[in-house]
Amino acid sequence: MTAALAQLAAQRGKRVLACDIDATGGLAAMFEAGPSGFEPTQVARSISVMSMDTEASLREYLKIQLRIPLAGRIGPLAKVFDFVATAAPGVREILTVGKLCWEVSEGHFDLVVVDAPASGHVVSQLGAPQAMNDLVKVGQIRTQTDWMLDILSDPGQTGVVAVTTPEEMPVSETLELAARIADETTAQLAAVVVNRVLPELFSTPEEAVFERLREPELSSTISDAVGGDVGPVLEAARLAVTMRRSRAVHLRVLQERLDPRVPVLLVPYIFTRVGGLRSTRQVASSLADELGL
Amino acid sequence: MTTRSDAHGGSLDRLLASKEIAVTCGPGGVGKTTVAAAVAAMAACHHGGRVLVLTVDPAKRLADALGLQGIGNTEHRIPDELFREAGVTPRGELWAAMLDTQASWDALIERHAPDRRTKEQILANPLYRNLAGRFVQSHDYIAVERLFEIHATGDYDLIVVDTPPSRHALDFLDAPKRMAEFFSSRLLRWLIVPYRSRLVNFASRPFYQVADRVLGTQFLADIAEFFILFQSMHTGFVERADGVVRLLSDRRTTFLVVSTLESSPLGEAELFAGELVKRHLHLGAVVLNRTLPDYLRDPQAGAVARALGERAEEIAGRLPTDPALTVPLLREVAESFINFGLVARREAEQRDELAPTPDVLASAPAFENDVSNLAGLLSLGETIWG
Repeated sequence: MTAALAQLAAQRGKRVLACDIDATGGLAAMFEAGPSGFEPTQVARSISVMSMDTEASLREYLKIQLRIPLAGRIGPLAKVFDFVATAAPGVREILTVGKLCWEVSEGHFDLVVVDAPASGHVVSQLGAPQAMNDLVKVGQIRTQTDWMLDILSDPGQTGVVAVTTPEEMPVSETLELAARIADETTAQLAAVVVNRVLPELFSTPEEAVFERLREPELSSTISDAVGGDVGPVLEAARLAVTMRRSRAVHLRVLQERLDPRVPVLLVPYIFTRVGGLRSTRQVASSLADELGL
Repeated sequence: MTTRSDAHGGSLDRLLASKEIAVTCGPGGVGKTTVAAAVAAMAACHHGGRVLVLTVDPAKRLADALGLQGIGNTEHRIPDELFREAGVTPRGELWAAMLDTQASWDALIERHAPDRRTKEQILANPLYRNLAGRFVQSHDYIAVERLFEIHATGDYDLIVVDTPPSRHALDFLDAPKRMAEFFSSRLLRWLIVPYRSRLVNFASRPFYQVADRVLGTQFLADIAEFFILFQSMHTGFVERADGVVRLLSDRRTTFLVVSTLESSPLGEAELFAGELVKRHLHLGAVVLNRTLPDYLRDPQAGAVARALGERAEEIAGRLPTDPALTVPLLREVAESFINFGLVARREAEQRDELAPTPDVLASAPAFENDVSNLAGLLSLGETIWG
């Protein structure tokens, strides 16, 4: 979804930076590019990809903000960093958010799309500057978190897009995420995208016909006509209809419980391909349809 | 409906007959929690004894159906009545407990703190509350720590543990070791030196200088206070973490990797299975959840679907139903079969390519409705048990 959003924005003339927080390299693969690093690399027209690396972020921060020459003076940086990050909760999160906010404020890109980790973590990340502010009263960190908060709190600059599927757990996690974003962070939920929505097979009158076709007499007429047992084919359609219907319940729950001001965008299940640029394009075009672009 | 395949003739039934601890792990969103509960329910039914499922975050309706809502850290017996309603008489008892991270941490502090004052100081420290509540790895650590504690009571014949959703599944395996290393760290001692001894000239150390500029003196002092307090519990913590590591690699412990056959969760699951093998941990089974039924891959049915779509008008002509509805309907049915058939073939291919191969490879079908009660758990369990 991150890749599709980036693709969509780029098609509309924006310079986009897409950031992979997990550094699994999956994001670059959605554009058929090799693994990305901390330095943004261009993978398509107007699209650059980077992978978050909190240690590199710390290096950059020390260099730019404090003008501290590297390594030497502060000993084995990696070890120290690892330790401080483990000791002081939120350090990793703040470095992640800090780097992203920095890219936003530098203005090399019109849009920074971030592929955030699982929903619990993203709240810690978005809430990190505020949590830091509560813990740290003075010092350089404090001045740093203030400008980050400005960016994150401005709905014109920052929006959270929650991506879910029409299943019970993902929907309840999304509702929980929406509540936690409101309670624990200063950021705003911009939209919820429901991915892999199964197509509606039949209209109601069609369904009545379908039920008749499943009766043994009509089924065998069809089987005779096509020269093979139609049973599995009808059974598969019935399975698709029931799956769609049980998912529709969850979708309704989502739409009912979510703040009505948050748009819910539906992206259909794509049967043919599951990765790579081809599916990025397909998802981007369904998103465009949903947004009326 | 049911798809089942045993790689080497092993089964979950046999595997769990010989194990005391089964840890379900794998990527998020694949039904890990449900599989853990299903496996535990099956063991209680068929093996008997006392079986506990230590779960993290079950779907709300399932938790409600089992009466788990709000039971927190305490172990809770699933009433036999629920089994009877599901139409079975269990041989043993099924127990469940939910993992409450904060409460478990507090209990841990209580156990290891040398005295009441230290305990209260730690519990009140703002850093501690942050650490226990928000610090991501603390969930991973506390899950194994609880397992260790419950196993040590000797109250259960089998404990099935559901692992917390984690950014990297490996965090769970590394958590105890990292926790032990953390509290033994030389850097930790280094960091708190200036607060312990006034002899060190603060300004002379570049590290402190940087730390001070970045974090602020007060915050550094808070960290130091916290760790000085924690130091008093150091030995207990490290011993405990070592015990947890030993327990995970014990012969009586096995790991069940749960995944769906979609490419991205499956890739993660494979990576995880590989790591288990590398660490000499027991990869007992891979459970593939929500697999599509086999008939979708049947080439004959595929040919029927194609014919149905191509000759929809002719076939509708032979039927007594309204052709205006029947023709598009037949086309939809054919299209749907071909679409799902494609997904089913892709998934089958991915299952065949799966590496490394575990002793048990079990598949559970995609159920039409969500598993939301004990009967649902047991029918899921039936498909993977034998």
